[in-house]
Order: sequence, then C-alpha cells, then structure tokens
Amino acid sequence: MLNYFQQLGVTSLGIFERLGRSSLFFVNILLSIPGVIVRPRLLIAQIYSVGVLSFSLILISGLFVGMVIALQGFYTLSDFGAEGMLGVMVAASLVRELGPVVSALLFAGRAGSALTAEIGLMKTTEQLSGMEMMAVDPIARIVTPRFLAGLISMPLLATVFSAIGILGGYFIGVGLLGIDEGGYWSQMQAKIDFNQDIINGLIKSVIFGWLVTWIAVFEGYDAIPTSEGVSRATTRTVVHSAFVILLVDFILTALMFGDI
Amino acid sequence: MDLSEHDPLIKIKNVHFSRGSKLIFDGVNMDIQRGKVTAIMGPSGTGKTTLLKLIGGQLRPSSGTIEVDGENVHRLRHKQLYQLRKKMGMLFQSGALLTDISVFGNVAFPLREHTKLPESMIRHLVLMKLQAVGLRGARDLMPAELSGGMARRVALARAIALDPMMIMYDEPFTGQDPISMGVLVRLIRLLNDVLGLSSIIVSHDVQETCAIADYVYLVSNGKVVEHGSPKQLADSDSQWSQQFMQGMADGPVPFHYAAKGYAKDLLGLEA
Amino acid sequence: MHISRSIEILVGFFVAIGFVAMFFLSMEVSNLSSANGDEGYDVTARFENVGSLKARAPVAMAGVTVGRITSIKLDPDSFEAIVTMNIEAQYDKLPFDTNASILTAGLLGEQYVGLEPGGEEEVLMEGSELELTQSALVLEQIIGQFLFNNESE
Repeated sequence: MLNYFQQLGVTSLGIFERLGRSSLFFVNILLSIPGVIVRPRLLIAQIYSVGVLSFSLILISGLFVGMVIALQGFYTLSDFGAEGMLGVMVAASLVRELGPVVSALLFAGRAGSALTAEIGLMKTTEQLSGMEMMAVDPIARIVTPRFLAGLISMPLLATVFSAIGILGGYFIGVGLLGIDEGGYWSQMQAKIDFNQDIINGLIKSVIFGWLVTWIAVFEGYDAIPTSEGVSRATTRTVVHSAFVILLVDFILTALMFGDI
Repeated sequence: MDLSEHDPLIKIKNVHFSRGSKLIFDGVNMDIQRGKVTAIMGPSGTGKTTLLKLIGGQLRPSSGTIEVDGENVHRLRHKQLYQLRKKMGMLFQSGALLTDISVFGNVAFPLREHTKLPESMIRHLVLMKLQAVGLRGARDLMPAELSGGMARRVALARAIALDPMMIMYDEPFTGQDPISMGVLVRLIRLLNDVLGLSSIIVSHDVQETCAIADYVYLVSNGKVVEHGSPKQLADSDSQWSQQFMQGMADGPVPFHYAAKGYAKDLLGLEA
Repeated sequence: MHISRSIEILVGFFVAIGFVAMFFLSMEVSNLSSANGDEGYDVTARFENVGSLKARAPVAMAGVTVGRITSIKLDPDSFEAIVTMNIEAQYDKLPFDTNASILTAGLLGEQYVGLEPGGEEEVLMEGSELELTQSALVLEQIIGQFLFNNESE
C-alpha cells in the first residue's frame, strides 16, 4: 500500500520538476525575444515552416468542419422550423469553439510535432551544443524564433479556419439545402457579437498558440538525445498539447461565456 | 592581460564531476600549454568528452576550478562566457554541422552571427577557411551530401572561422578511413603550427594521436594516471600505460565489466 | 540564413489572408458593422417579470434592432426586475413616453424588448427610465388562466 503512495509521490515530484524547468525555459525565451525582433528574417523563415505549411491543412479541415455543421445543424433545426438560425449555429460554434480548438489540435499535430522533432534532432546531432560552443545561444537562435512564429501563426490559422468554415456552411446551407441567403448572413450578424464572440475566440487561439508552441519547443529542447528519446518527445508534444488545449478551453469558456 | 608565454592556457585544478550517482572525475589536475598539441587519452567511457564540455563551460564541475586564459570559466557571467567561447573552437565527434544550410553557410555562420562584416568580406574569409581544409570546391553541398571525413573538415573550417586561440577536438579520428585519417592528422598539426593555436585532442586512437601530440595525459577511472610526452609514455614501465598504449585486452583495466562470480551467475544463485 | 524571395512572399500572403479572414469575421459575421461598440446611451425599465429575457438580447422598434440589453437585475425593495438597455446613438429622438414590452420572436424563439413610440416632445437620454412597461407573457400563467376561465364558465 505504501508503495502506491510512494509511486504517487515520485510521479507528482516529477511533474513539478518538469513544470519548473519548462517555466525557467520560458523565462529564457522571453529574455531573448528582443534579440529576435531585431532580426525579423529568422522569424519569417519560421512563420513559413510553422504557419504557411500548416495553411492548406487548416483550409481544407475548416471547410469540411463548416460543411458538416451545416448539414447536421440543418436536420436538427428543421425539426423546429428554425432553419433560419443555421448561419448563427455554424458561426457561433466555429468562432467560439471549433475554430480555436480544432485548428490548435491540428496545429499541434502538424507544426508542434515537427518543431519537437526538429529541435530534438538538432540536440541529438550536437548542433545545439555546437552552437553554444560557437558562442551562439541556441535558445535565442533556434527556439525563440520558432516560439514567436507559433504565437503569430496560430491566431491567423484559427481565424482562417473559422472564416472558411462559415463559407463552407454557406455552400451547404444556401447552395445545397436552399435556405434563404439573406437570413444566413443577417441572423448571424444579429447574434454574433464582435467583443463577446470574435475577440474571445481570438484570445483563445492566442493562448492555445502559446501553449502548444511552448510545449513543442520545450519537449524538443528537453528530449533525451537519442532517436527513441526524440520519438517519445514528439509523441508527448501531441498528447500533452491536445490535453492542455481541451482543459484550458473548458476553463476559458467558463470564464468568457458562462456567467460563473 | 599580458600573460607570459609559459603560463599554461588552461589550468584544471582538482576537478570533481559526477553524473547522477556515477562519479566521472575524481580530482583531475592538468595544465595545457600554449601553442602545443595536447592529447587526452583514455578508454571509452572515461568522460573525455565531458572534460571538453567542462572546459567550454557547458557543464559545471561539482568542485575544483578550470581556468582558461586566466579566467575561471565557471565564475563568468553568461555574456563573458560567450565572449570567451568566441576564442574557443570545438570540433564535435559528429561534426555538428547545421543540417539545413550549405557548407558555405555553415562556415559563414559564426561570422554572420558575431560580426557585421559585409557579405563580400565574409565570402573571402569563408573561401580562405575552406581552402585551408581543402574543401573550397564543396561549398555548395549540403551537410547530408558529405562523407564523415569531409563533414569533420568543414566543421574544422567553421571552428577556425573566428580565428580562435584554441581548438578542442572530440575524437577526431573515430570511424575514419585511413586516407581521411591521414588528412585530419596532417590538418590538425598544420593548423596548430601555422595559425599559432593551442590544440586539445581527446581520443583513444593511440598511434594517430601520438604522432602529432606534444604532450599526453592518460585518464582512467576519473583520474590522470600518467602524463608526459608520447615517447616518455611509450617507454614508461607503468602497467597501465603499457596496456593502453599497446592495446592489450586485459590488465589494470579489466576485460570483464564488474559482475558477480561467473559460476554463481551461471547456476543462477543469488549472491 | 538566406531565405528565398518566394518564402517571404508566401509568408506575406499568409499574414494577409489571416487579416482578410479577421476582417471578414468582424464585418460580415459579427455585429461590428451595425453596432458601433459602446457608443449610445443607457436607459432603464422596470418589469414585473422578465420571463427568459437575457443580457445581450436585442431591443427593437418597429422590428428594427435599435440596441441591446446590457444587464438585468432585481430591485431588492420593490422586487421588480430592472433592465438596462443600450440604445444606439443614432436613435436619439425616441419620445420620453416610449413604452417597452417583452416579446417573443416566434413561438419558441428568443425573447426581446420591443419599443412602441409615445407622443411626447421630450426625448429619452442617458439614464432615463421607461415608465410604461409590459411584462413577459409566461406560458404557464397563460395556460393556467385559460383553464381557470374555462372552468368558471
């Protein structure tokens, strides 16, 4: 029996230790941000590999998610004779929840895992160590540009996801199911509030972008420098990101939309 | 800072270091002279690479001091340490080239990071350094297209890009064919003499290392067991240096990893 | 280090598309184009019962949305609901004796506040209170009354 408690103690100590190290790591990232801002070219290259390369995935997924909501929503809403609310349903679910959450999950799988693997492999092949010996701080040169690129790309991707999803819902609702075009947009405009919905969704995506890239770069930097270590770190990035996104989404939703 | 020519470049005093519960260094003392090629040799797993990382300030000893060019490496602030590292070159075992940029970009990397030289000047410098290692023609290749020996030469060109005062070589000869081994041996000696560097070679390749080293430290079990010129060591009657220099399987360094009794082990008896 | 021109262009496109999407969400999807944020003026009204009226529900006059409910509170002394609504600044000529009633959009739809203009010269301003109000129709009460009336006949 005591052994179980001991195991629990060891596990929780391990978690706190990692949390502590990742926080210190984050402080180091923050300290090196000014050095990256004066060299925007580093950032542009990373926005390309983190953001632009995730773009097509986000575009296609957003389109289909919007189309599915429209299709499902139409059949449910038509039972109540409220097809006119389809636009509201598509827009509200995308802007508030699915846009930030699904694009963050996709982002973690596409860009987050790639970041971890890249940094982990650089560590394994002594590139980070080599940089340190060339008096180049690997956090400032490698980690921080990637972190900032993630932070910038994520809200853009989530916004594109929501926008294309709403258009997808429009194609299905208005084009295929024949609901009134004017109703689709005007009901949406009447019910979706800029501050309450759009801005809150944007805040969510910024927070998710921060969390996912932070997890990804930390896991890569902290990976055990073997091929197995890097593969485990990559898996952890995706799993932890997904878990953290869903948990934080619940907390944020409760704070933003629920009057708790 | 006008340190005398005879003052050692690196002074290692009574350094202890352990990784986890495993003791790696147990009171190591060394003096590494300026302008010389100093070799640190010992069996695999004695932490020779760790020693280089301690000198470079990437690791911190649990006790003892390491002075490089009169400065205590582990007392320096972050900025000063980075300043000192610009004067140290290090050649990693794998070469540690940045895989996403070309050979040219790799050699230019420290110059671009640390200097504000115009691009034409950087081009000149990079081509000079590549010429010195005989790879000027390979400037547009990517690191993945290089053989192991070529990658090490590129890394060497990169290490001398900032004209350091010393270069540390981590196992430069491991896994090289005889030709590239010969090229590297020649290059290390040549660069040391022509550029007036101080070189530290960590290796277990006895013949190649002894051919170019001026002074050798033999390390085993966390301690310096012997030191002297290669000739002195070869003539030494210490059992230890005989075993290492001649590559005998058994001796003070046992063939068997520490284990319980063989017979007991086979019979499955608990010790 | 040297990033090619095409990468820079693609990153530029990416950022631009992101901003276009943001613009689309603000202008086409949300109410930013119609409501000018916090501008406008607040008026209050007291209701005996607000039914299921919620904050952010529309305030409409002649079917046109002219504002939104900002808060709903209970007056601890009179036990009436105090509804605060923000009326857009452009509708600044609503008569002082405008009457407010809580209506339902469709049979199952959301509840909103409907305004009926009065005839006074004086107009509503920041902090005015609407004196004439009509509470929400609560379905249970209507059904109850209906049954009660039937029985008594």
